Amino acid sequence: MNSANDNPARNTKVMNRFDLTSRLIAKLKNEEAVIGGIGNTNFDLWAAGHRPQNFYMLGSMGLAFPIALGVALAQPDRRVFALEGDGSLLMQLGSLTTIATLAPKNLTMVVMDNGIYQITGAQPTPAAAVADIVAIAVASGLANSTWAADEDDFERLIEQSISAAGPTLIGVRIDDKPGTGTTRRDPVQIREHFMHGMGVREPL
Amino acid sequence: MSWHDIVLQTLKRNDIRLVPYVPDRVLTTLIKNLHADPFFTTFPAAREEEAVGIVSGAWMGGMRGAVLMQTSGFATLANVLASLAIPYQIPLIMFVSERGTLGEFNYGQSLVCRTMRPVLDSLAMEHHTATRLDEFEFIVDRSIKQAITTQAPVALILSPLLTGGKVFDK
Repeated sequence: MNSANDNPARNTKVMNRFDLTSRLIAKLKNEEAVIGGIGNTNFDLWAAGHRPQNFYMLGSMGLAFPIALGVALAQPDRRVFALEGDGSLLMQLGSLTTIATLAPKNLTMVVMDNGIYQITGAQPTPAAAVADIVAIAVASGLANSTWAADEDDFERLIEQSISAAGPTLIGVRIDDKPGTGTTRRDPVQIREHFMHGMGVREPL
Repeated sequence: MSWHDIVLQTLKRNDIRLVPYVPDRVLTTLIKNLHADPFFTTFPAAREEEAVGIVSGAWMGGMRGAVLMQTSGFATLANVLASLAIPYQIPLIMFVSERGTLGEFNYGQSLVCRTMRPVLDSLAMEHHTATRLDEFEFIVDRSIKQAITTQAPVALILSPLLTGGKVFDK
């Protein structure tokens, strides 16, 4: 069976999740929200440097984009980034249509696509050899959806998304490396810190 | 006042503005009225789980929400309740139009309905079944306030005794 990296439809560079996440975090200067999907996606977000505006998911696979949509609707003046794995996104493809319909201009979505469920033993996803996530996003109504060609292109697309007139989705092909850190699994503290980071609450 | 007017007015009084839903025949008028009122941001989601994610994110960003669904939709939520709403202490407010009882005509609906309260009870979640118009505003208003102050989800089940339910010839 083909893996994602053999898929002839994709000629973009295979990058690394932790490196890309670190590049994103280094760009953030305005208390932007970042929602990290379950597993390696939020492990690498954690490892890239904890910030109060980061939210780490510990379950509910596939909900990074819906959670980010909720934050974006609640705070239209804040930029919201969502990081999601390809396997997770397959769980909630319908959410792309919801986001396209509501069209929040402060939402940037990144799909980390390695074509595998890395954390469960690197089994290929059903989409790996046949589907193009960015094409699915475009067909769902997210016209501003693009594969990042390489790291520089990723950074350029992130910057471009900040002034875009609608939501942006960036697909990145990544390697099969596991996450570099492990999020501290304390959901109440994660949520409370995030709410402090969002300016919704003050610490006790 | 009708049951759906009570829902709309009580949501408004409690500053609940974001109302994603997966529709149900019984909820038709409520959904139409929510769309017609600029106070609310209301829209369909593709799945109930997605709607729960959206209102959870909105809560953390300072905007209150509630999700509308039917019984079979609730049956898809065990994972997100157990891994997001409850452990992260999110005051998820759910209105569930009850199918599967008191005149159900679809065997599958009647079976899935039987899973709803055992799931709620197994997670020790607050839930109420609203059957009477005279109690309804009290139940809705107090349940919303309790969910928010205790940071715990609540399911408000709308019985056919309250709504009339869905019957075969509709």
